[in-house]
Amino acid sequence: MGRKLLTEHVNVEGIDTFAVYRKHGGYRAVEKALKMTPDEVVEEVKKSGLRGRGGAGFPTGMKWSFLAKPEGVPRYLVCNADESEPGTFKDRYLMSKLPHLLIEGMIAGSYALGARTSYIYIRGELLYVLRILEKAIAEAYAAGFLGENILGSGYSLDLHVHPGGGAYICGEETALLESLEGKRGNPRNKPPFPAVQGLYARPTVVNNVESIATVVPILNMGGDEYAKIGVGRSTGTKLFSACGHLNKPGIYELELGVPVEEFIYSDEYCGGIWKGRELKAVVAGGSSVPILPKELILKTAAGEPRLMTYESLSDGGFVTGTMLGSGGFIAMDETTCIVKNTWNFSRFYHHESCGQCSPCREGTGWLEKVLHRLEHGHGSMHDIDLIVSVAKQIEGNTICPLGEAAAWPVAAAVRHFRDEFEWHVTHPKEATQPGAVYRGNLVLA
Amino acid sequence: MEPTTAPAKPKFSPAAQAEIKRLLSHYPEDRKKSTLLPVLHIAQAEFGGWVSPEVQDLVAETLGLRPIEVYEVSTFYTMFNLKPVGKHVLEICRTGPCMLRGSDELTAQLERITGAKVGGTSPDGHFTLKEVECLAACGFAPVVQVREKYYESLDTEENVNAMLNELRGLVHRPILPWEETGLPTSLQNN
Repeated sequence: MGRKLLTEHVNVEGIDTFAVYRKHGGYRAVEKALKMTPDEVVEEVKKSGLRGRGGAGFPTGMKWSFLAKPEGVPRYLVCNADESEPGTFKDRYLMSKLPHLLIEGMIAGSYALGARTSYIYIRGELLYVLRILEKAIAEAYAAGFLGENILGSGYSLDLHVHPGGGAYICGEETALLESLEGKRGNPRNKPPFPAVQGLYARPTVVNNVESIATVVPILNMGGDEYAKIGVGRSTGTKLFSACGHLNKPGIYELELGVPVEEFIYSDEYCGGIWKGRELKAVVAGGSSVPILPKELILKTAAGEPRLMTYESLSDGGFVTGTMLGSGGFIAMDETTCIVKNTWNFSRFYHHESCGQCSPCREGTGWLEKVLHRLEHGHGSMHDIDLIVSVAKQIEGNTICPLGEAAAWPVAAAVRHFRDEFEWHVTHPKEATQPGAVYRGNLVLA
Repeated sequence: MEPTTAPAKPKFSPAAQAEIKRLLSHYPEDRKKSTLLPVLHIAQAEFGGWVSPEVQDLVAETLGLRPIEVYEVSTFYTMFNLKPVGKHVLEICRTGPCMLRGSDELTAQLERITGAKVGGTSPDGHFTLKEVECLAACGFAPVVQVREKYYESLDTEENVNAMLNELRGLVHRPILPWEETGLPTSLQNN
């Protein structure tokens, strides 16, 4: 079992309260940060090599250093707690169990960026978590860690939680900012980037919950020490949310670098595939990333064991690799119909497209429609090429990455499971039997 | 029993007004519009689980917005019900990870037990069934959300019945600001 930097005390009784959290070393990172200059805090995060834990994997310290700092203009740190990428459920866990960890990270981060008001934008469905956070924030105010002149440092910060209203697109940072301003969640054209014109057109940094929480152990141990954990440019620990056909789905904090095979099969982690079945495929980083068949998720095309790192999971590009993404790890057993699953994901993206960009608005609709007829035995061979072509026409032609998120799963499913799509066309009767699944030439009922 | 309808000229309760005042203090003074989503949540909880045009107009008036600014938002976000609903809205997750663990079967089962169809309300007015996309609880699939509470691992008859029985026993009332519902079981013991 590797080190746990975020969830070490997660099961301590009462750790969601200020007093217990403080007793277990809580808020030391804030005390430390306030004795440093803001730029020194940014420097520590840069040194740590921390990469954004929301999905894109962009270096957090670098994102912070891009923030524009014009004199006399307020700037904001906004936490992206709009967790809604299918397969991902780590932030909900972190916030419910360790609300003070996020608050501590928000204070240190806001200090580093010079923000005097910060927001946690949480998806509307998690209203009970919003309450947990508000309670913890009130405790932090009472203890002098929020509000005027924190710990006598002269630095003041207000922190608020803001609920969304049910829209996946608000996980995209500019859609999130629109939503925080009380508007529809339509992503903005970039540039200008939020670092220059974000919330209320002020310089803004938007970071994922886990990224902000990770600032706490980074400050406590120092950026250099943190960077020693992990493999290469995948430093530190990361939360993975494992779901699908696993014996032990759940949230696991791993030192980056654990072999995928160990993560799936070891009793320490997911404990193998349920019901004694075989693994068929994995979507390793949330529904948007390319699906891989068993052979390619366990080993790279070159035969190297695949590791739970940014680099190893993307080894082979999209031809034979995938992405670490948000860490939403969806395992599918041998009875899973890839066509049905791909249709389900396409329906999701069609439902969640904000409708601004024609390629996405229309393209996701066509993907859902054509996949639906393939799944239900009314498709043609041409349809298989059609969905690949539609996916290609969405990709790169939209304001925000929802286009890619919708296109990649379809392209990858056809790339790796083309014979299964073809079987749906050639054997419509068999394919539409309840529970029927293509496995080579076998039909399982 | 008929679904609850909002009164023609709704008014926020004093508790709701106090909560709205607190929320307004979180944003710059010229950015009242930022409170629109949280205020819509309050309105929906106050007025029978949905936001009628009259309720949306009240929200607009309260925040000094034009009505269209509220309508375009309430129709964009999926959590706001634009039609009357039953006492309890069961939001069934239908996305991939839940589907892999039986959400299709769960939906069929809930339709059978409650007598409601997805998108509709049961004859007794108790349950409205609504399919939603990923609720971010994929490891505890299949999942149903009812107001602020998540019901998880609904792949057993026992868990489904426990959920329905609990809901049948709950009295419907406005919840402000948000009801204490406690953690989902997965987070209690994890």
